[in-house]
Amino acid sequence: MSRLLVAAALLVAATAPAWVWNPYHLHTLIMAGIFAVLALSLNLLLGYTGQLSLGHAAFFGIGAYATGLLTVKLEWSPWIGLLAAVLLPGAAGFVIGRLALKLRGAYFVLLTISFAGCVSLVSVNWMDLTNGPLGLPGVPPLEIALPGLPAFSLRTKSAFYYVVLAAVGLAYLLCLGLIRSRVGRALVALRENETLAASVGIDGTHYLVLAAAMSAGMAGLAGGLYAHYTRFVSPEVFLFTYTVTMVIMVVAGGKGTLAGPVVGAVLFTVLPEALRAATSWQWQMLLYGVLLVAVLFFMPEGVVPALRRWRTS
Amino acid sequence: MTLEARDLSVRFGGVAALSGVSFAVAPGTVTSLIGPNGAGKTTAFNVITGFQQPTQGTVSHDGQAITGWRPHRIAARGLVRTFQKTSLFPGLTVRENVLTGLHLRGRVGVAAALLARARVRDEERRLGEEADGVIDFVGLGARRREAANGLSYGDQRLLELAVALAAGPRILLLDEPASGMTTSEKASVAALIARIRAQGVTVFLVEHDMRLVMGISDRVLVLNYGRLIADGDPASVQRDPEVIRAYLGSGAHAHA
Amino acid sequence: MDQLLQHLLNGLLLGATYSLLGIGLTLVFGLMNVVNFAHGEFYTLGAYAAFAALALASVNFFLAIVLAIAAGALAGAACERCLLRPLRGQSIDTVMLVMIGVWIAMQNAELLGWGGVAKSVPTPFPTRPVVLGPLSVAPLRIFVFVVSGALILGAHLVLARTKLGRAMRATFQDRETAALMGVSIERIHTVTFAFGAGLAAAAGALLGPVFLLYPSMGDLASLKAFSVVILGGLGNFAGAALGGLVLGVAEELGAGYVSSGYRDAVGFLMIVGVLLLRPSGLFARAERVG
Repeated sequence: MSRLLVAAALLVAATAPAWVWNPYHLHTLIMAGIFAVLALSLNLLLGYTGQLSLGHAAFFGIGAYATGLLTVKLEWSPWIGLLAAVLLPGAAGFVIGRLALKLRGAYFVLLTISFAGCVSLVSVNWMDLTNGPLGLPGVPPLEIALPGLPAFSLRTKSAFYYVVLAAVGLAYLLCLGLIRSRVGRALVALRENETLAASVGIDGTHYLVLAAAMSAGMAGLAGGLYAHYTRFVSPEVFLFTYTVTMVIMVVAGGKGTLAGPVVGAVLFTVLPEALRAATSWQWQMLLYGVLLVAVLFFMPEGVVPALRRWRTS
Repeated sequence: MTLEARDLSVRFGGVAALSGVSFAVAPGTVTSLIGPNGAGKTTAFNVITGFQQPTQGTVSHDGQAITGWRPHRIAARGLVRTFQKTSLFPGLTVRENVLTGLHLRGRVGVAAALLARARVRDEERRLGEEADGVIDFVGLGARRREAANGLSYGDQRLLELAVALAAGPRILLLDEPASGMTTSEKASVAALIARIRAQGVTVFLVEHDMRLVMGISDRVLVLNYGRLIADGDPASVQRDPEVIRAYLGSGAHAHA
Repeated sequence: MDQLLQHLLNGLLLGATYSLLGIGLTLVFGLMNVVNFAHGEFYTLGAYAAFAALALASVNFFLAIVLAIAAGALAGAACERCLLRPLRGQSIDTVMLVMIGVWIAMQNAELLGWGGVAKSVPTPFPTRPVVLGPLSVAPLRIFVFVVSGALILGAHLVLARTKLGRAMRATFQDRETAALMGVSIERIHTVTFAFGAGLAAAAGALLGPVFLLYPSMGDLASLKAFSVVILGGLGNFAGAALGGLVLGVAEELGAGYVSSGYRDAVGFLMIVGVLLLRPSGLFARAERVG
């Protein structure tokens, strides 16, 4: 039954540009896809190792700036830019994981917040590098240039939609592969009982660094895609609202599951758009805060696990 | 496969949890570490398995000094411990708990997990079979799919044992494996320990139940106030006047 | 040299308020084990409450501060009663996430209520600085310093000398025994949280006039509070008091000699530095509250 549902959902997703007439709605779906990658990345840390990073917007932003700077200032290919968008934040995540060592819980959160704060300040103040608050306009679109054929620019919403869909699929499969292996079990062991894990040979630091690096790289990919979609990068990518949105997507969707973050991403991108006509984004954020508390009180495992439980009961 | 502790001392503030403790655990034996509460038994375990640093002294295994090594490295050498307080992966099922314990028996890393799915499938199948084997060995076969935090106390302690066994220990350090158990449960634990020893695993245990200890041990070590006061076979240790004094002094049970 | 002294003075004056902010959080984080990411929002609440009293009700400045503290304490008590009490026993992560939710909700409520435009708070103090030899200081800052100091002293006295303070310390050292001695554990939790929130609100009411008011001012305040708590060691009252001064001075020196744009980075860097190098805090050997 659920396989049919998943297949149907995939079919719907794969053909969306064909039947979504309103370009603004297609834009919403693209943003949902970018957020899905972000949510999956945060879930890798929060859902599986149990550590919360409130600085994930920093990895998103570093990814955006990495590709923005390389393609605008050095005029490199956007695909190289995307690669940098994965590797640079990934390296940052690796460093944070290594620095964190035995820091867990609230201290880890504070470390990530501080990191994000510093990065944000740099993006605003280091004008020579980043253009400061003015940002970097003119980020080129992605294009496919096969030898012998004319370059095909992925600048239309439909084309970019498929790029994002592919990215979501890739991120999902990556997480899936990881989770369904000994590596995934080691990550979960960190969350469930790190001391016991050590006693059976699981190196907590090694796996936390791994999770942090992969999580950061994935968030960076989302940032790179965002840069090539909006064609503009500014310090606004470091806004805390992105982190907040990610957190609620993961927690409300269902942390520790793979479908949860994706469902959460779709819910919390589509919902605000639906509300946009009626309310301002401040009300939206206010609602998010209240919703986060409500979910933690009444449905702490999140929507997806709750639905699954309801269906099997 | 000898485990050797030499001149171990652990001091914090003015308190000496361990003072100049030296002993050797011979391979293939069951050695018990006993002593009144607060004698330093769990501290000794913590130091041996890397969960605590000694202020002085060395621990070595098969001639290799392992003092100060991090716990997971010591576990990888085959020294696996259990904990005094029930310690499980609460949100996971019995099978998932044991599979996690089988970590050292697997080899798949990130690269393989992402790119070599065939290898992952094979390993998962192999580990699955091993897990089932361990679960059956301890007798939890019927509860394979149950959540760990829903098990009865006795079954939880069996699961802890299973997880530790899954790690493939050459030396198994059990911290009060029979605490809180009924007489029949204790008898099962004793039988299980005997079977573990029969498989060639050296067992080093901390225990309070004298009947259990004297019944299965080849050697008994006695700690009191952080010092080793006796080291020998069960019969002679039971007769040792200093041991009797230590136990009578703390009002504990020193009968055979 | 004069410039250095001026920076040091500014740092100390500012730092006292950071101490106030930090003490509130160290009580909550250190004693109650609640990671209160909404601490900065009580700070903001205090600032806006004082503003409301002053600008809208034309109340006496000193009374405005008292009202702000009351507002903060009440909000804190409500928060503890309605959100934290039902969650007692849940993992620290769940509580942390709930406080993040409160943070988001409170900030956006402020945004909706007051608008995003920064406001400046009218004060009864002359703007001409007082000159002491080579140093000059605005009268407002002296006032802020004095009141902060008084509140810190007051808090210390409450904790160390009153029955309530003893009950608080007892509860967080050994719950069961305290309960057996007749302490109402539930009430103590509420009072402690309200205490912390009240101190944060006081800091907000005091610093509001010094800087400008805007709804997201709490974010930095939260971070600085955590910075102070980490510097001083969790639950360490004296450590937080000293830590606040250290942060204030470090910020002023950083802003003065390095760059004012990176001023707030000082707090971040301190968190990172202390966490990585001396996680138990710089003053770990000082007296613990609990």
